[in-house]
Amino acid sequence: MWTFFHKLGSPPWLYAISGSILRWLLPVTILALAVGLLWGLLFTAPDFRQGNSYRIIYIHVPAAVVALAGYYVMAIAGAISLIWKMKMADVAMKSAAPIGAALTFIALVTGAIWGKPTWGTWWVWDARITSMLILLFLYLGVVALYEAYDNKEAAGKACAVLSLVGTVNIPIIYKSVDWWYSLHQPASIKFTGESTIDPSMLYPLLLMITAFYALFTCCLLMNMRSELLKREARTNWVRKLALGGAQA
Amino acid sequence: MYFDSLSAVLHMDGHGGFVWAAYAITLLVLVLLLVAPGRRQKKFLQRLAGELKRARSGPNSMEEEA
Amino acid sequence: MARTAGSDPERQPPGALAFCLRLLRRQLVLAVRRPIEIGNPLLFFAMVVALFPLGLGPAPDKLAGFAPGILWIIALLSNLLTSDAVFRGDFEDGSLEQLLLSPQPLYLSVLAYIAAHWLMTGLLLALVSPLFAVMLNLPGGALGALVLSLLLGSAVLSLVGCIGAALTVGLKRGGMLISLLILPLYMPVLIFGSAAVQAAVNGSAAGPYLAILGAMLCLAVALAPLAIAAGLRISIDA
Repeated sequence: MWTFFHKLGSPPWLYAISGSILRWLLPVTILALAVGLLWGLLFTAPDFRQGNSYRIIYIHVPAAVVALAGYYVMAIAGAISLIWKMKMADVAMKSAAPIGAALTFIALVTGAIWGKPTWGTWWVWDARITSMLILLFLYLGVVALYEAYDNKEAAGKACAVLSLVGTVNIPIIYKSVDWWYSLHQPASIKFTGESTIDPSMLYPLLLMITAFYALFTCCLLMNMRSELLKREARTNWVRKLALGGAQA
Repeated sequence: MYFDSLSAVLHMDGHGGFVWAAYAITLLVLVLLLVAPGRRQKKFLQRLAGELKRARSGPNSMEEEA
Repeated sequence: MARTAGSDPERQPPGALAFCLRLLRRQLVLAVRRPIEIGNPLLFFAMVVALFPLGLGPAPDKLAGFAPGILWIIALLSNLLTSDAVFRGDFEDGSLEQLLLSPQPLYLSVLAYIAAHWLMTGLLLALVSPLFAVMLNLPGGALGALVLSLLLGSAVLSLVGCIGAALTVGLKRGGMLISLLILPLYMPVLIFGSAAVQAAVNGSAAGPYLAILGAMLCLAVALAPLAIAAGLRISIDA
């Protein structure tokens, strides 16, 4: 069992195994995304209240869910690199940050676009959207902190500490904003009441959520591979790779 | 299929602009996310190969890089 | 640290608490020697208080409506400005490195820095705030809640602000980065701090909100020094 973890700490092994995972995961992800998108766009009935604009749910909710989960993936990877000093864990953490930020961006933009026909305004300071915005800031903070450090090993450690601080902070922020919203706005707008979602709409949503998780994993592995190559540029296995033609 | 024609799909009872804008932006970001690492990797390996070839053949060589 | 215990082989190194208090006293003495730096955040507070009527118009009831939020946001920004400098002086002349090598637990030493920062910024801000509250037409009944919320809240702000300071103290081009790191941590404090004042304005009890601020303070005192100590070690080793 421990040999598995030891192997995980070895860059060429990690590069090889991520390559073989991607070889099947990437096509599966793209297929799942395509099926889910078409299903949601064309093959589900329009919502009773919102009409066709509710179809944005099939990208907004998966993006938001994976963006939040991604932060925890990043924080856990950071914790592993900090506590057990596993070198590859901070590669994972560094690779996860821009993906999470991009997904949060998607969630915010699609949420705003969804809000216009539904509530009449582009932006509503409700609990969910405000928390998503703060999540974007947290992600961007990690990215900025990593770039600011010249010594990349220290950068990884600093970002690990920051991600952990953010992890403690996220529930506090969410609860505070939730409470703040209920104070300033009587809960007339509650699109979280979609827990009574019709099954015919639920299944494509679940598929899309799964597809987005798979997408996150693919992007994470691809980013990690690229980062590994950069870090190990002076080693033999990378040189052989470069000279043997840039095959993934 | 809940739509009768292609124009119905694009129009979506008036919400077409919103739905397609959201999906288009999302697809753009997703494509960028999926494609960028691969291209970055390829460029890096190409550059590295070029450096190694130049180092190997020495500073006076006339060899072109790949 | 001009003279450490090691220079006198007869003396034992001071216990953790004594060291912490000594460190606190040192920070306060250093701060008091530069009264301009104590005055700066207060001056900033005053000038930004003037900005709001200039921007929003002097209508008294409008100002009064926004006063709790305005006062809290300005306090937050003042705190942000001073957070960057907490460790920087000692980092640059090497005293921080000495501190990391000392046998006393870093947790308490860090608390000394934070306490000094709070005494020189948050506490003073809280005491001076009623003056600016009156300028913004905050009703008199809310002044007590304002001072208490600022006392508790600014302590939390000092604690979490120093997390950002510790992580960025070694960076040459820190600048705005510390703001990006700290502001998300400030937001819950702002929410409940201004809510406490708003409640007092509306006539309801501010107690529950102050209690939540107190709870945040407890959590911050328990956890922030750990993050700060880790950040300092990373910055020194970088």
